[in-house]
Amino acid sequence: MATVSLDNIRKTFSKTEVIHGIDIDIADGEFIVIVGPSGCGKSTLLRMVAGLETVTSGEVRIGGQRVNEREPMDRDIAMVFQNYALYPHMSVFDNMAYGLKIAGRSKAEIAERVAEAAKLLQLEPYLKRRPRELSGGQRQRVAMGRAIVRKPSVFLFDEPLSNLDAKLRVQMRLEIKQLQRRLGVTALYVTHDQVEAMTLADRMIVMNDGRADQIGAPLEVYANPRTRFVAGFIGSPPMNFLDAGLVNEPASEAATLGIRPEHLQITTGEARTGGIVLYTEALGAETLVHVKLPDGAMVTVRQDSTAALPEEGSAVGLTWSDSDQVFF
Amino acid sequence: MTARDPLAAATPPVKSGRTPAPGMVERRGSGYWLTHLGLIIGLLFVFFPIWLAFVASTVSQPEIVRPPMPLLPGDRFFDNYRKALVSGINAPVALMMLNSLIMAMGITLGKIAISLLSAFAIVYFRFPLRRVFFWLIFLTLMLPVEVRIVPTYEVVAGFGMLNSYSGLIFPLIASATATFLFRQFFMTVPDELAEAARVDGARPMRFFWDILLPMSRTNIAALFVILFIYGWNQYLWPLLITTDPSMNTIVMGIKQMFPAGDDTADWPVIMATSILAMIPPVIVVISMQKLFIRGLVDSEK
Repeated sequence: MATVSLDNIRKTFSKTEVIHGIDIDIADGEFIVIVGPSGCGKSTLLRMVAGLETVTSGEVRIGGQRVNEREPMDRDIAMVFQNYALYPHMSVFDNMAYGLKIAGRSKAEIAERVAEAAKLLQLEPYLKRRPRELSGGQRQRVAMGRAIVRKPSVFLFDEPLSNLDAKLRVQMRLEIKQLQRRLGVTALYVTHDQVEAMTLADRMIVMNDGRADQIGAPLEVYANPRTRFVAGFIGSPPMNFLDAGLVNEPASEAATLGIRPEHLQITTGEARTGGIVLYTEALGAETLVHVKLPDGAMVTVRQDSTAALPEEGSAVGLTWSDSDQVFF
Repeated sequence: MTARDPLAAATPPVKSGRTPAPGMVERRGSGYWLTHLGLIIGLLFVFFPIWLAFVASTVSQPEIVRPPMPLLPGDRFFDNYRKALVSGINAPVALMMLNSLIMAMGITLGKIAISLLSAFAIVYFRFPLRRVFFWLIFLTLMLPVEVRIVPTYEVVAGFGMLNSYSGLIFPLIASATATFLFRQFFMTVPDELAEAARVDGARPMRFFWDILLPMSRTNIAALFVILFIYGWNQYLWPLLITTDPSMNTIVMGIKQMFPAGDDTADWPVIMATSILAMIPPVIVVISMQKLFIRGLVDSEK
């Protein structure tokens, strides 16, 4: 168990700076999700914490100790890779035991710790199998087991669920969360999936092009996105952006007004703006109504499926409350 | 049987396809027999010289030179082979086979070890002039032994390695082909595997031993077969550097058994030697083939 601190971390690949200074203090036992589109540097950041990439400038501290120059094995971390990176010629048991074997632990201790992890992950029947004889979800568990047996202070996850199908992803997401809670280990988790970020994180780092646009608890980031990028990236369907001038908002100097789809209401009364319904998507519990505004901008309204459904091609009025709007 | 074999149980359509309607049998049957006939004729064609050599090694000298040549084995099998193995013509064949075995194994193991290590260095380490070294190794592909044989002879003679196993083995160990093969294989191994090993605390050589080497075993088995035959069949190089009959290898030894000028050749013994020279490569191919196939099945993804 340990705290992790990143202090103005920068990374340069042959003159191109890809990480432009990231600061965060992670508390012991906290679950931090690094989320962002591909190419934003989130994996690079994680790999710098792991010690697989050198840190160009800044300081990484784990448990208060500077670890910039330490090899991964000396950082007291464990990492789960996207493609699991299981050793194909070793049994599940040997895969999990390999790190302990190198560390020179006794046979009895290795057997005990592997058995413990296998029980936790329900891998006991598969210990003698090779990775290729396992399903995707089971391989994922073995990769987690390999991390658990080391009893590290920090778990690092590099998009661990992106190779699984949608249903399994939801299930493993829950398992990871439970596991982290039970073990109380600090965790850093990289993903491009904002749903994973919202559900797993105690706090999340939203990265955009090598910068941390916002760091905060998921709901806080959702409610008060600091930049337009964060607003558009977190939330599905994304936040609507309206020309602030169009809706007569002279109070603000900002050019853009952001409003979440669920905060827009179709109204027959006094409307703040209006448009033509292009098409509607009924998803069961909710319905998405896509409306084209007079200036050509598209907005999405998320409404309860019990609400009256406007006809496609009809003109509707839109309204929202001031407390839900955000300016950029 | 069926219960133990899930594949057979799970694929009834294939099984029923094997017992087709009566009309199908005839058509499929003729093709079946035709291909087999073709293969059998080809096999006989290739096998005939070997059969002749075997027949010649079991008869007496006068029987060979008197036409027509015999086509069925004679009664001198044990006499001829004993004579070949124990006394031979210049050197006993048993000794020549031992020399050949040491040379072939030395070349094979040396080549595999060196090329594994150099491929490991080239793929996994960033050092100055890495590409240059790779291309230098690659360049030697274009220079076969025969081209560089005179300078190599000079060097080996200078080290006093004529008529020695080290002289037979060392100049032939460097192998661009094997290095290249292992390099290509190592590049297909995902980077994450090396990184996972690093996180697990494995130093580079530990990673090499514990992970890379076991993963390469099918390639090693295939190379072993190819390189053993390459080493066993070396002719020009041993001919050049071994003047002492006790250091002769069997492939060059056969040639040296041929008579010079008007001497009469002891063909039965020469043929017995040829047959004996074929046995070790055949054993290697057959035994390694099993390992090779098992390896293929094991590492199937």
